[in-house]
Amino acid sequence: MDSPFGLLAELTYRCPLACAYCSNPLNLADYRDELTTDEWRRVLAEAVDLGVLQCHLSGGEPLLRRDLVEIVADAHDLGLYTNLITSALGLSRPRAEQLRAAGLDHVQISIQADEPTRSDRIAGTPSFQRKIEAMGLVKELGWPLTVNVVLHRLNIDRVADVLALAERVGADRVELANTQYYGWAWRNRDALLPSRAQLEAAEVVVRAARERLRDRMDIIYVLPDYYSRFPKPCMSGWASRQLTVTPNGDVLPCPAAHSLPLPRASVREDPLARIWAESPVMTAFRGTDWMPEPCRSCPRRELDFGGCRCQAFLLTGDAARTDPVCHLSPDHALVARAVEAANADSRADELPLVPRPHGVRRPAGVPGGAEPASRRTTTAAPQRR
Amino acid sequence: MDLTPTGATQTSATTRPGVTVSDADRPRLARHVRLTFSRTRQCQVLLHPETVVVLNGTGADILELCDGRHTVAEIVTELGTRYQSVPDDEVRQFLTRLVARRWLEVGDG
Repeated sequence: MDSPFGLLAELTYRCPLACAYCSNPLNLADYRDELTTDEWRRVLAEAVDLGVLQCHLSGGEPLLRRDLVEIVADAHDLGLYTNLITSALGLSRPRAEQLRAAGLDHVQISIQADEPTRSDRIAGTPSFQRKIEAMGLVKELGWPLTVNVVLHRLNIDRVADVLALAERVGADRVELANTQYYGWAWRNRDALLPSRAQLEAAEVVVRAARERLRDRMDIIYVLPDYYSRFPKPCMSGWASRQLTVTPNGDVLPCPAAHSLPLPRASVREDPLARIWAESPVMTAFRGTDWMPEPCRSCPRRELDFGGCRCQAFLLTGDAARTDPVCHLSPDHALVARAVEAANADSRADELPLVPRPHGVRRPAGVPGGAEPASRRTTTAAPQRR
Repeated sequence: MDLTPTGATQTSATTRPGVTVSDADRPRLARHVRLTFSRTRQCQVLLHPETVVVLNGTGADILELCDGRHTVAEIVTELGTRYQSVPDDEVRQFLTRLVARRWLEVGDG
């Protein structure tokens, strides 16, 4: 068993945006009892002792935590590389300056499309203009800027314009992430899954942009696994390099494993080191012993680790199956049918989307508690990868 | 150089195949990259938003010299003094790989 390198700290699932591709769980209300500032302080210290080097602060919208600056300062003082993953909507100049002073290393700002009408429609709230302003602020304060874009059927045709936007705002990195189907995205899969022609066109654009911008901007492209022959090496293997702590203190090996039928592990009940080493949620699929055929005898078993357990569970009801994305999986027809539907001539142009709700407001007076309604117009949850 | 991707999914990232470094270049860490010590692993590591590079002793020595002041030629000479067994070419190749990944930036002054 290795030590984890990264902690994804999901500080809250509350979010002012309502993106239908969000990977947060469907039962958002079950996560309203958020960890306090002191509890996060302890989790961060335990994570560092365990070997964690990077701390990704995410959500929901992490800026909705009023104690975000304190949490960043703690993480920084512990020597962690701190990365804020935000829609940026609550990133006012004073807040940004405080975060800079607290030692925040890197900022990733999501955007839903290249222009306001489409971006705001996908985000479910007017947000585009403030995101662009926040990107300028991030650059002005001297941070490296990553622009995150989740790609799907409704925006992938705009990828050239999205890249032009990233160039215009001076992004150092841009992450173009094809949607992964968990949480709300799973619920909206049929509306979000692009066609093969859309993906092929996007890949041509991305390749050309990489060549053109290679001295200025790093372009990361997260592959659309439904269209791949082999599954993604999800999390570089189950409970191998990363762990996630949810807003209420549950510990997961990835940001999508909430719904798997495994016993709960919580930082409120056990030390992080014991959870990492011994809890069933971590040990269930660690290594290769759990694998069924065709993974067990596959030469790729240590390259892709059987793919994604959460995806296997969502598609088949059994988390221990081979990821159905793999063309060798006995369940591959489940993916092939979804792909076929996305490419059918008879498909309706736009299927209805279910927006994720903003999440349950916490009672006022609780640390990190509810924002005044007038300020709840900020960020989107960028889909985690 | 042990590259340890810590992201969740398969990505294809930018690399710059044609990149070279010249003796007069003065490499420095890119803004989004940090060099630090991992107490748990007892070694230097290079941190990036989505990746960790676990460094061996020579790798750490080279990167500590990437401060925007030392030239590539000076770094090569210094490493040759410290480790007689490290060929000059390997030092250049290591720097070239990191520049190609945009973890190091080069300027000639």
